[in-house]
Amino acid sequence: MDTHSILTDDFGIQDDEIERLAAGLGAAADSVGLLDVAYTEVGSPVGALILAATERGLVRVAFDSTPLDQVLDELAVSVGARLMRAPSRFDIAERQLGEYFSGARREFQLSLDWRLATGFRLEVQRYLPHITYGSTASYAEVAQGVGNPKAVRAVGTACAKNPLPIVVPCHRVVRSDGSLGNYAGGQEAKRELLALEGSR
Amino acid sequence: MQTRFDAFVREHGPTVLRVCRSLLGSGADAEDAWSETFLAALRAWDTLGSPSGTVNHQAWLVRVAKNKCVDTARQTARRPSPVADVPERLAQASSTDAGGHEIWEQVAALPEKQRLAVALHYFGGLSHVETAELTGSTPPAVRRASADGVAALRLSLAREEGTT
Repeated sequence: MDTHSILTDDFGIQDDEIERLAAGLGAAADSVGLLDVAYTEVGSPVGALILAATERGLVRVAFDSTPLDQVLDELAVSVGARLMRAPSRFDIAERQLGEYFSGARREFQLSLDWRLATGFRLEVQRYLPHITYGSTASYAEVAQGVGNPKAVRAVGTACAKNPLPIVVPCHRVVRSDGSLGNYAGGQEAKRELLALEGSR
Repeated sequence: MQTRFDAFVREHGPTVLRVCRSLLGSGADAEDAWSETFLAALRAWDTLGSPSGTVNHQAWLVRVAKNKCVDTARQTARRPSPVADVPERLAQASSTDAGGHEIWEQVAALPEKQRLAVALHYFGGLSHVETAELTGSTPPAVRRASADGVAALRLSLAREEGTT
């Protein structure tokens, strides 16, 4: 007689119950500074976005074309494994993204944690906000902008590896021939963002 | 790579919740004890989450959960209450959740020794020896209390199904 299964069925715990408790735990852990990384998912006109933050600021924005688990695994390795969903951390970021997507915001004012970027890539990514809302720059122009005009290809890599897309506007970098070039969120998302900003 | 804490919560969350509800009923106290247990795990994460660690995660959590439950029960007992004769029981029946949680009150209704044995050994997966150490009992007594407790639960569950 298998008494164990009879009882564990009766005393089953639903997944959504653990999710609910984990949400409360995430908020509590975040408020006392016990998390390496807090994350949330938000909807947007270019698809769901994964947002992740450390105590220093926003550290990662990812499109839902990358599986959540993969994004979180990478963060656990590069930042820390004390990682939980904690949406309240993102109230300000979410509001600014909402304003951006409704056309009411042209610049983000968020604390950013650049720890996922280093060297030349970091230099390029830090330069990107200088390309103003509503305009675009070519990869070659950005290379020139960072004082390394021959590094066009490296600029492309730096844009592709941007840990903070949308907030750090790598979508404003296009090919010299006017074609869009690649984008982490897909070309369609890049086109939509540029259309939103009125530059296409 | 260290274990991801969110995955750790998903893996062990149900077991810890069963232990807490066995000891405190299905109300807010059990959920508080559940959260306190995982916050303690976060604080100990440097050793607990280490890939080279030899810590038995579940046993660690169940021990901590038991202690948190005892603390919570003490605090609840100390809280000023309008009712003079609060029954001196670890668990209190809860009316905060209506949906499907009555079952935990059956565990709460067990005699204390059986309830502890069911919570820590049967739901928590601690050995008879570990459970005995933690509750100041002996392994044979834990074995008996757990078997009796589980039998009593099965009986009351069967009765309940008969009446509905």
